Amino acid sequence: MEQKNVVIIGNGMVGHKFCEKLATKSTSFRLIVFGEEPIRAYDRVHLSEYFNGKSAEDLSLCASDWYKNQNITLHLNDPVKEIDRINKTVHSSRGLTVNYDYLILATGSSAFVPDIPGIEKEGVFVYRTIEDLKLIRNYAASAKKGAVLGGGLLGLEAAKALMDLQLHETHVIEFAPRLMPRQIDSAGSHMLQSMLTDLGLSIHLNKGTSSIEGVDRIESLKFNDGSELSVDMLVISAGIRPRDELARLSGIDVGTRGGIMVNEYMQTSDPGIFAIGECALFDHNIYGLIAPGYEMAEVVANKICEGTDRTFNGFDMSTKLKLIGVDVASFGDPFITEPDARTIVFEDTHNGVYKRVNISSDGRYLLGGILIGDAEAFNMLLQTVNNKIILPANPADLILGARGGAQSETAGITSLPDEALICSCEGVTKATICNAVSDDGCETIDALKKCTKAGTGCGGCVPMMKDLMLHTMKLNGKYVRDVVCEHFQLSRQELYDLIKIHNLKKYEQVLDTLGKGDGCEVCKPMVSSLLASIWNDMILKKGNDTAQDSNDRFLANIQKGGTYSVVPRIPGGEITPEKLIVIGQVAKKYNLYTKITGGQRIDMFGAHLSDLPLIWEELIAEGFESGHAYGKALRTVKSCVGSTWCRFGLHDSVTFAIRIEERYRGLRAPHKFKSAVSGCIRECAEAQSKDFGIIATEKGWNLYVCGNGGSKPQHALLLATDLDGDTCIQYIDRFLMFYISTADPLTRTATWLNKMEGGIEYLRNVVVYNSLGMAAQWETEMQILANTYECEWKAAVEDPAIRKRFSHFVNAPEEKDPTVKFDEMRGQKKAADWTLV
Amino acid sequence: MIETTTNWFAACRVEDAVENGGVCVKCGDEQIALFYFTRRNEWYATQNLCPHRKQMALSRGMIGSAGEEPKVACPFHKKTFSLATGECLSGDECALQTYPVKVENGIVYIDPTPKSY
Ligand code: SRM
Ligand SMILES: Cc1cc2nc3c(=O)[nH]c(=O)nc-3n(C[C@H](O)[C@H](O)[C@H](O)COP(=O)(O)OP(=O)(O)OC[C@H]3O[C@@H](n4cnc5c(N)ncnc54)[C@H](O)[C@@H]3O)c2cc1C
Ligand code: SF4
Ligand code: FES
Repeated sequence: MEQKNVVIIGNGMVGHKFCEKLATKSTSFRLIVFGEEPIRAYDRVHLSEYFNGKSAEDLSLCASDWYKNQNITLHLNDPVKEIDRINKTVHSSRGLTVNYDYLILATGSSAFVPDIPGIEKEGVFVYRTIEDLKLIRNYAASAKKGAVLGGGLLGLEAAKALMDLQLHETHVIEFAPRLMPRQIDSAGSHMLQSMLTDLGLSIHLNKGTSSIEGVDRIESLKFNDGSELSVDMLVISAGIRPRDELARLSGIDVGTRGGIMVNEYMQTSDPGIFAIGECALFDHNIYGLIAPGYEMAEVVANKICEGTDRTFNGFDMSTKLKLIGVDVASFGDPFITEPDARTIVFEDTHNGVYKRVNISSDGRYLLGGILIGDAEAFNMLLQTVNNKIILPANPADLILGARGGAQSETAGITSLPDEALICSCEGVTKATICNAVSDDGCETIDALKKCTKAGTGCGGCVPMMKDLMLHTMKLNGKYVRDVVCEHFQLSRQELYDLIKIHNLKKYEQVLDTLGKGDGCEVCKPMVSSLLASIWNDMILKKGNDTAQDSNDRFLANIQKGGTYSVVPRIPGGEITPEKLIVIGQVAKKYNLYTKITGGQRIDMFGAHLSDLPLIWEELIAEGFESGHAYGKALRTVKSCVGSTWCRFGLHDSVTFAIRIEERYRGLRAPHKFKSAVSGCIRECAEAQSKDFGIIATEKGWNLYVCGNGGSKPQHALLLATDLDGDTCIQYIDRFLMFYISTADPLTRTATWLNKMEGGIEYLRNVVVYNSLGMAAQWETEMQILANTYECEWKAAVEDPAIRKRFSHFVNAPEEKDPTVKFDEMRGQKKAADWTLV
Repeated sequence: MIETTTNWFAACRVEDAVENGGVCVKCGDEQIALFYFTRRNEWYATQNLCPHRKQMALSRGMIGSAGEEPKVACPFHKKTFSLATGECLSGDECALQTYPVKVENGIVYIDPTPKSY
C-alpha cells in the first residue's frame, strides 16, 4: 500500500504524543517531524526539575533512537517557515521542502510578554524551554534579588525555582488582587499568600508594572502606584500566547485573540491541516494543560486512521499546583456561588488549611472546589464531580473526612462508574485498569503502568490506581496480603515467625526455604533486618553482607557523589571536651565536613569508601562506637540537661537518656526509631515527637509512644504515667518487641499505630496489662539482644575479610574513585552537584 | 553472527569478587562493575556509572532477579537494570553498557570493548 505523508510541525509534548499514537495505530503513514528546539521532545510539565538535577536527557520523552526505530524522520533545530497549501508542501528554515497528505500543527505556545518599557533589558527572562532555564540558572549565579511577573500557576512554580537557585530575595508581582486568579478565590489566595510568605516569598498583589529600569541590565521595577522594587533579574510569567504565526501566514483561520481555530476533529479551516495542543483554539478556549493536548492527539490520530468517530468535547481544567511545598488544587467550577450552588468552607489558619466545595442547590452533586494546604482528597473529589456521583447525606464529610461513622477508604472507588477517567494524562478509565488487573493479571503498579500507560504522565493518579488494583484483586477472590515481593508470597510478620521457627540465620537459607527466585532490593534488606532483629548477629557476616541495603553493607550512608558519612554515637548528646577534640582531629585528618545534627550529635561527611575503616579505627580507639545512622535501628535518644543543671529539672534526664540509648543501641527494627528524655514538662528534648519519649513528673516518668517528626508529624500519645525507671524500661522493651514483630517493613511506630485496630487502647492493653501474655517472653528476648550487642564497626575493622570490601577498585585497592568531586562552601567542602548534561 | 575479535582484560581472581554482589574494576580510565551471581553461577559486567544521576555506584548495588531476568538495583535511587541486556527495568529510557565476562584458571576476564550490534 502506498504510504501517505504526515508532516508534524513542532516536536513538543503533544507533537510527540501524536507520533506515538499514530505509530501504534497504523503503519500506512510516513511521519516527518520538524522541531524548532535543538533537542527532541521533553517533559515540559516537569521542566522545573531541571533545577533539581534532572538533565535534558532525563526529561526526554523517549530514548534517543526511538524516532529512528519507528522509522520517523525527525528534523530538529529546523523550524518550518512556510506552508504552501496549494502544492501541499512545507518549507523549513534550512531549505528542506516536504510534501504532505496531512499536516499537523503542534506548535504549542510561547510566553506572553507584555509591552512594558525596558522589557528588552538584560536579566529579563521567560520560563518555557530548557534553553530558558539554562539562561536563568547562569544569570542567577550572580544575582541576589529576583522577581517573577505573574502570580499564576506557572509564576509560582518559577518563583519556587528562583528560591531554589538560592537568591536572597524572591518577589512575586501580580496585577490582580489575588494569587492564581483563574483557579482560587480570595479567601484561598489569602491563605496561600501567608503560607508562601512563610516559605520566604514576598508577594505583591494589585501591582501594575509601569517600567523596567536599569542601564543595560535590569536594576529595578517601577509600578503604577509610584513604588519601586530593586531586583537583579525578572522572570516573566504573565500568560501564554499560542504560536499561530505560521498558520496565520498561510491563510488558515485564527482567533481574534490568537490560536488556530479548529472543529471537534481538530481540523483547521483547511480540512487537510489539523492543530493540536496549546496552539489550538477550540470553542474559544486555549487549553494550557497537557491532558487535553493528549486527548487532541488521540482525536486526530483516530481521524486520519479512519478509526472510531472520536471527537474533542472540551476538557476539564482542574489542576494541582506542584513543587511549591504547599498543596493547592482547584477542580470543577471553583467559583460558582449562590443561588446556583451552595458552598461549604473549612478554614484552619493554625495549620494553614483552606477547603471549599461547591455543591448543587439540591445537595446531590459536587460542582467544584478549592483545596489549599491539604489536597489529598483532590483525585477523589475530581472524580466525584466528573462522574456526577450522588453525594453523601452530609457533604461536609468530603472535606472534613467522615467523623464518628465508619467509612472505609475504598468506599469512594466502588462508587465510580466504569468510564471514570483515572489517568487523565493518558486517558485511562477505571474499567481499563480493572480489566488489566482481572484479565491481564497485572497485580503490581509497574505491571499496570506497562500495560495501560496509566500513571506514566504526571503520576498523580498512582495512589488511586493502587486502590483500584487492590480492590479488584479482592473482588476476584484473591486473598490480598501485603506480600513482600515476587520472591516471597508472605507478609513481613509471617516471615518473622517462620524465620524463628525454622531457625534460619542467613538470607540464602531464608530464600531457599521460604521463597523463590534470586531475591531483589526489596526482600533482601527486609530479611536482613529480620535476621538482625531476631539473632543480633554481626550484619556483615559472610552470606549476609550482600543482602544488606547499601548503607548497611558499608555501615555508612552513601551521599551525593558516592562518598559516605560517619556518625559516632554520642549517647544522650553528652560529650567530653576530649572526645570533641578527637572528632575534630579525625575530621581534619580525613578532610571531612562536620555538622551538628538535629539529633544532638556530630556528622562527618565526605569520607571515601576506603577511608571508612581507618576513620573508625581511630574513633574506636578513643572510645567511640557506631551511631547506626545508616541502619533501620535506634538513632538517638535526645536529652535535655535536666536536674543536673536546670533550675526546673525534676530528675536526671541525661543519665536516663544514656541508660536508654545504651540498652537499645544497634537494635534492628522495621524502620529507624528515635527517643528523647525531658527533665520536666517544658519538654526541651521534644520527647513527644519521638517513637517513644519520656518526660519527668514529680513522681517519676511519663511514657509517650508513637510520635513522629518527618514529613507527617504526629504527637506521641501517653501510654503510662508516673513510672519508676525500671518499669519504664520494661514497658519500652515490650513496646519495641511488639513493634518489631508485627510492623510492616519501613513503617515507623506512628504509622504502625495508625493502622492498629483499637489504637492506643489496644496497645496499652498489650504493653501495660499484658493482654497477649507476651510480656515475659519479650522482656527476655530484649535482654538477650542487649547482652549480645557488639559495635559492628569494631567487628568490621578487626576482620580482614570485611575490611577488604571497603575499597573502590577490586584491582587497585589503594586508589580512590577519581570521579569524586567536592565544591567549597563557607570554609568547608560539600558534595559537588548532580552532574547536569 | 560473525565472531568479533575480543580483547580480554584480566580483572581479578575469583576469590576477590564478592559472592552474590558486585565489585568495581579499573580498566584503564574506565570503571566497570563486575557481578558474581553465585546463586546462578553466572558472571556479568556493566558500566559502573549509573545513568540516572551519573553516580559511580552500580557495583555497590544489590543484585537479584525479576522473573528470570538477572538485575541490579542502584544504591542511590533504586533504579533497576537488567544485568543481561543493560536495559532499565524501572521504566526509564536509559540503558547500561554490558560487557562479556569469562573465567579461566581462577581468573576473571572482562572484554571492555563495547559490542557493536
Ligand atoms: C544528619 C541529619 C540532618 C542534620 O544535619 O541535622 C539527618 C540526615 C538524614 N536523614 Fe534525617 N537527619 C537528621 C535528623 C532527623 C530528624 C530530627 C531528629 O531526629 O530529631 C528527623 C525528624 C524526626 C523523626 O524522624 O521523626 C529526621 C527525619 C528523616 C526522615 C523522615 C522520617 C519520617 O518518618 O518521615 C528520613 C527518611 C527516612 O528515614 O526514610 C531521614 C533520612 C535522613 C538521611 C538518612 C537521608 C539519606 O539517606 O541520606 C540523612 C542521612 C545523613 C547522613 O548520612 O548522616 N530523616 N531526620 C540528622 C541526623 C540526626 C542524627 O544525629 O542521627
Ligand atoms: C514550566 C511549565 C510547567 C507546566 N506545568 C504543567 C502542569 O503541571 N500540568 C499541565 O497539565 N501542564 C503544564 N504545563 C503546560 C504543558 O507543558 C503544555 O500544555 C504542553 O507542553 C503543551 O504541549 P504542546 O506540544 O502543545 O506545546 P510545546 O510543548 O510548547 O511544543 C511545541 C513545540 O513546537 C515548536 N515549534 C513552534 N513553532 C514551530 C515551527 N514553526 N516549526 C517547528 N517547530 C515549532 C516549539 O519550539 C516547541 O518545541 C507547564 C508548562 C510549563 C512551561
Ligand atoms: S531533611 Fe534530612 S533527608 Fe532531607 S535533605 Fe535534610 S538531611 Fe537530607
Ligand atoms: S543515581 Fe542510580 S538510581 Fe539515581
